[in-house]
Amino acid sequence: MTTEFSSRDPHQSADRHDPVYDELHASPEFAELKRRYRGFVFPATIAFLAWYLLYVVLSNWAGGFMSTKVIGDHINVALVFGLLQFATTFLIAWLYSNYSTKRLDPLARELDERFIALEGKSSRGRGNH
Amino acid sequence: MDHQLLTTLLFLAVVALTLGITIWASRQTSGAADFYAGGRSFSGIQNGFAIGGDYMSAASFLGISGAIALSGYDGFLYSIGFLVAWLVALLLVAEMLRNSGRYTMADQLAYRMKQRPVRMAAATSTVVVSIFYLLAQMVGAGALVALLLGADSQALKNLTIIGVGALMIFYVTIGGMKGTTWVQIVKAILLMVGSALIVVLVLAHFHFNLSELLGTAASNTGKGQAFLEPGLKYGVSTTSKIDFLSLGLALVLGTAGLPHILIRFYTVPTARDARKSVLWAIGLIGVFYLFTLVLGFGAAAMLKGDKAADVAASGGNLASPLLAEEVGGGAGSTGGAILLAFIAAVAFATILAVVAGLTLTSSTSVAHDIYNSVVKGGTASETDEIKVTRIAAAAIGVISIALAIPAQKLNIAFLVALAFAVAASANLPAIVYNMFWRRFNTRGATWGIYGGLLSSVGLVFFSPVVSGSETALVTGADWAWFPLSNPGIISIPLGFFFGWLGTVTSHEPASVERFTELEVRALTGAGAEQAVQH
Repeated sequence: MTTEFSSRDPHQSADRHDPVYDELHASPEFAELKRRYRGFVFPATIAFLAWYLLYVVLSNWAGGFMSTKVIGDHINVALVFGLLQFATTFLIAWLYSNYSTKRLDPLARELDERFIALEGKSSRGRGNH
Repeated sequence: MDHQLLTTLLFLAVVALTLGITIWASRQTSGAADFYAGGRSFSGIQNGFAIGGDYMSAASFLGISGAIALSGYDGFLYSIGFLVAWLVALLLVAEMLRNSGRYTMADQLAYRMKQRPVRMAAATSTVVVSIFYLLAQMVGAGALVALLLGADSQALKNLTIIGVGALMIFYVTIGGMKGTTWVQIVKAILLMVGSALIVVLVLAHFHFNLSELLGTAASNTGKGQAFLEPGLKYGVSTTSKIDFLSLGLALVLGTAGLPHILIRFYTVPTARDARKSVLWAIGLIGVFYLFTLVLGFGAAAMLKGDKAADVAASGGNLASPLLAEEVGGGAGSTGGAILLAFIAAVAFATILAVVAGLTLTSSTSVAHDIYNSVVKGGTASETDEIKVTRIAAAAIGVISIALAIPAQKLNIAFLVALAFAVAASANLPAIVYNMFWRRFNTRGATWGIYGGLLSSVGLVFFSPVVSGSETALVTGADWAWFPLSNPGIISIPLGFFFGWLGTVTSHEPASVERFTELEVRALTGAGAEQAVQH
């Protein structure tokens, strides 16, 4: 595969297959990082998409339910449901932020440091290739 | 002071401010990483504001409030879809893209695919999506200027469109990503402050009672409770209900495939900063869309007679500026003139910031992906690549001007929704497959992108948007056979389908080693592009 890429391409010449990545990929820490990442984002994505589509479908095909008055004469289920979409978006963003800071970042940092050590040079200097 | 003079002065002030920022930024720029990615040295907060400035376009400010003012509750879907969509970008795209790419959307695909075909496909869809989006902004600018100068002259609108085109070419060729980013940050602040002011004035008029505002909107428009319930615009037939669903899908899946949003993630030093910038963007954009709800219903409640007719005639696009005039004291009053001029200047700044981002994105892709990789096989020098970016910016400016002039009857939010549909159909499938599907390969990527692109653009071409309806682009002809005005419900699944089909029918073995690299790099940041140290 490797030979199919032009070695002259600037984005490709930098680190065309680097075996250090295989080593990191095989480590239990990476498997754990990947498991934690997917364990959050896959269910969360399914949940918010389903919740959003439910809103769209109810708006279309459940007009009676959506026009039920909740507060006073003019605030109905449709408006509250729409505002709840805002609330859940803020909530999921906040939960992900906390989760990734606590559960993902430490592992990612550890693996990145191991990468730098294995490469034998600071990855901070890699911006100039 | 004469209100047209005031308006003209404020517009000139906005233009002068953006030009000043651009020239200042050009002095801070040296080299490609500065020009294309702002040196990757913006902070999470700065980039969050810039994303807000890039995303809250004329479609949001003028289009959504206008859609709510005309169609009531149905216009609210835009706000919700545009916001929820950010979760796709936050959870699945932002950090991984930051770690695996460099300057363009194509970089992330080219990481493990054959360079030329994949870059060609990604650059093509980048340019198409960006041009759709540009049209919306330029149509907004034309309508706005004509309103303010009090002349509904087609020549004036066309002249404005040409002027905006010239400015956007200037921003990009001179200021690059640094100039564009600062223009977007300043615009985001102006937009939040300006719309918050109008929102407070509207709410004060209704004694901070939301129910009273909604009730007045329902009675003033003469549509009663139906104005506050879903279905006024999209509930009339099964076709229109499916159109609503299609629009809803395009909105929620489009954001994470918009090239001008994706490249903003390259302007920060790390993936953690990319995440932080999306969190800031979600906060800003969420609050702003709550504002548009008040602006839209406020315009419906407070604008009467001729003013309401003006809003309707503009496809809703003039709801916010006319509302600003109304809450400032009405037409002819000093307060009204000042607020109208101020809000129009904010809207104009909004448009300029967004067109700058779009032009930069598409011309970067032409230079970096097509010129350097496809034409020159990766041998072009940085100087040559940047020179081509500048030429491409000029060409894209001219094309957008030529297309925007006939598109002026369309609602801006609606036009942007088409850009979202194309982005969701052509770009999102390739991005998601590339990150999560080991077997995905070059043919899968090119078929996915071209399949999604052709099906979305093709279905629009054969829809009532282009021919066969009163508001169609082409009048006096009818070749429409596709009934929906938004193609998302068909073209998004087709994009995913073609990506899958291309992959499984190709004999190219999956690049397992490169996928391993991509996975490690995307999740840990190991080996990712670093910030430029000046």
